[in-house]
Amino acid sequence: MRDVLYLAWRYLVYHRLKTVILVTSITLIIYLPVGLNVVVEQSGEHLTARAEATPLLVGAKGSPLELALNSLYFSPDYPELIDYSAASEITNSGLATAIPLYVRFRSRSHPIVGTSLDYFDFHNLSIAAGRPMAVLGECVVGAAVAEALGVSVGDTVTSSPETVFDLAGVYPLRMTVAGVLSKSFTPDDDAVFVDVKTAWIIQGLGHGHQDLASPEASASVLNRSEDNIVANAALVQYNEITADNADSFHFHGDLAGYPLTAVIAVPNDDKSGVILRGRYTDEGATSQIVRPVTVIDELLDTILTIQQFIVAAVIIVGLATVATAALVFMLSLRLRRREIDTMLKIGGSRPRVASMLLAEVAIVIVLSGVIASVITLLTWRFGPGVIESLVLA
Amino acid sequence: MNFLMRQLGLVIFLAILAACSSEERTVESTDVVQELPTVFAVNYPLAYFAERIGADTVDVGFPAPADVDPAMWVPEVDKVADYQGADIVLLNGAGYAGWVQRVTLSQSRLVDTSAAFADRLIPVENDVTHSHGPAGDHSHEGTAFTTWLDPEFAFEHARAVLNALSRLLPENETAYGERFAELEQELLSMDEALSVLASRIGDQPLLFSHPVYQYFERRYSLNGRSLHWEPGVMPDEAQWRELTGILQGHAAAWMIWEGSPHPEANSRLEGLGVKSLVFSPAGNRPETGDFMSVMQENLRALQQAFPGPAD
Repeated sequence: MRDVLYLAWRYLVYHRLKTVILVTSITLIIYLPVGLNVVVEQSGEHLTARAEATPLLVGAKGSPLELALNSLYFSPDYPELIDYSAASEITNSGLATAIPLYVRFRSRSHPIVGTSLDYFDFHNLSIAAGRPMAVLGECVVGAAVAEALGVSVGDTVTSSPETVFDLAGVYPLRMTVAGVLSKSFTPDDDAVFVDVKTAWIIQGLGHGHQDLASPEASASVLNRSEDNIVANAALVQYNEITADNADSFHFHGDLAGYPLTAVIAVPNDDKSGVILRGRYTDEGATSQIVRPVTVIDELLDTILTIQQFIVAAVIIVGLATVATAALVFMLSLRLRRREIDTMLKIGGSRPRVASMLLAEVAIVIVLSGVIASVITLLTWRFGPGVIESLVLA
Repeated sequence: MNFLMRQLGLVIFLAILAACSSEERTVESTDVVQELPTVFAVNYPLAYFAERIGADTVDVGFPAPADVDPAMWVPEVDKVADYQGADIVLLNGAGYAGWVQRVTLSQSRLVDTSAAFADRLIPVENDVTHSHGPAGDHSHEGTAFTTWLDPEFAFEHARAVLNALSRLLPENETAYGERFAELEQELLSMDEALSVLASRIGDQPLLFSHPVYQYFERRYSLNGRSLHWEPGVMPDEAQWRELTGILQGHAAAWMIWEGSPHPEANSRLEGLGVKSLVFSPAGNRPETGDFMSVMQENLRALQQAFPGPAD
């Protein structure tokens, strides 16, 4: 038997181009439907797991998908904004715990998530080093951020301007890392968490500056009357919150009108959840409440439909490939007629020659199967991440 | 036979070992002290209400040092961590304890105890506005925050504390309700006594050493003017000039202080025909007594200053 396999192997190696083409074709035909299935199933599980863990999301009326993707996976496109009062209304209703989210800014490629400490409890995120953020200007970074930026407790991360051309805009805020989260294998690993008020400072809604009434700020005063002081562009605004200037940071107006991208609502029980959802059914309402799992299921349904189309196409292409491969083998037999005759004449029995030819086919199929399995394993390991980043992009 | 005996001995030994270790576990489990839920407050009146209503069912924390005004106090990071760890954080509202805006606390644990009367808060006016950048004019004016000096508001604060505690530990709701009723009765008595005094004071001009008595003034329709004098500190000449100017159109015979005035200031005031009395707002924990005893003391000081026919 070894001699048969040896001859078959040597034949395939000698005709390596033909072998490579056959193996590639058959590998792809095996891999495409299986790999696609693995990717879709795993991505579905990944996406659904986070959506299932988040009972309800309140956001501005608009695309529920944008709201869910921004709130759950911190996608760069953020939904229409809602007022902070939306969170207070949920809290005051006594039906649910409200966790504010303001996911708008980035530190390099990492999303800055403005929220409250409830977010950590809600997602069972634990602090691996340091402590939760305690004062304005502090942040807690995810494990992947700490690794990517090489930061640890006491270091700083800086917010990125929303656009590079925003020369007259708000200065980037330098934030002190108060803690580093343990790895959670979720998008939280890749995020920078700050208090929602710190996110408002990044936007410029809250700020710290010299006391305009003090003599030191006289150079920054454009006009002073009894009850009003107008500052000029020389007024020093702080781009880092320190113990020395923390007291100067302030917000103007009612915080209830400050912006959020969403509010996570965690109902006390099923009944409270239903009552809460009922409060957002008004046609004229400017905000919406969504069940993230429903939104993600709809997204997955769309992906599944596409998958079914692709699988159907792959099956058709697969049949064509199998037919072509069969043709290649049959033509190959015809071309090798004289070679087969020679083998018979030098004493090779018919079954032995047939075994050799079958071994060639078997080796090609087994090799294709092994390579397809390896690629499927790689897909299983890395595919969901790639798909998730594609979906979020 | 020997083998069997050895096996039996081993089994008995293991059984004894297991029994011992389970006994140890039992002892250990009885040693575990059940930690009480924690309630932190931003000022003493709220801490007092929580202590009165919650009694021994909660641990009440109020970590402001004794020598500071809790309204202006800014806690260190370790103290912020204590507030972060609390099950309930009682806020006074009305912009009291501005540090709350500059720290991170769990939103779900915050209780704004003045929410019920937010529409009746008194805005602080006459602050200088300023403008820079596109935001336009703005000022850092705020709201009068010594809300509990109006017993009706003190009662509302206490009711918010009651509701928060009842939500935290519903099994104690009845006991909390009973203790709250006692507290309510005391606050009502205080209010009645102060109302009687206020009717005695009538329209007499009064001076307040600091603008912290707005709710007290409004509640009892007092004719008061506020200065910015600190207890224990001798006012400078500009402040005396300001006082003299005020006295010309507002001939007050009494100045009400947050704490004991500087002896020299007291003498000079008496020279101007103004006597001093202390009415402590009790924003911080008193050295002796508690919130209600301080209020009783305040009441006595007022009764002595404005005696009735029976006094």
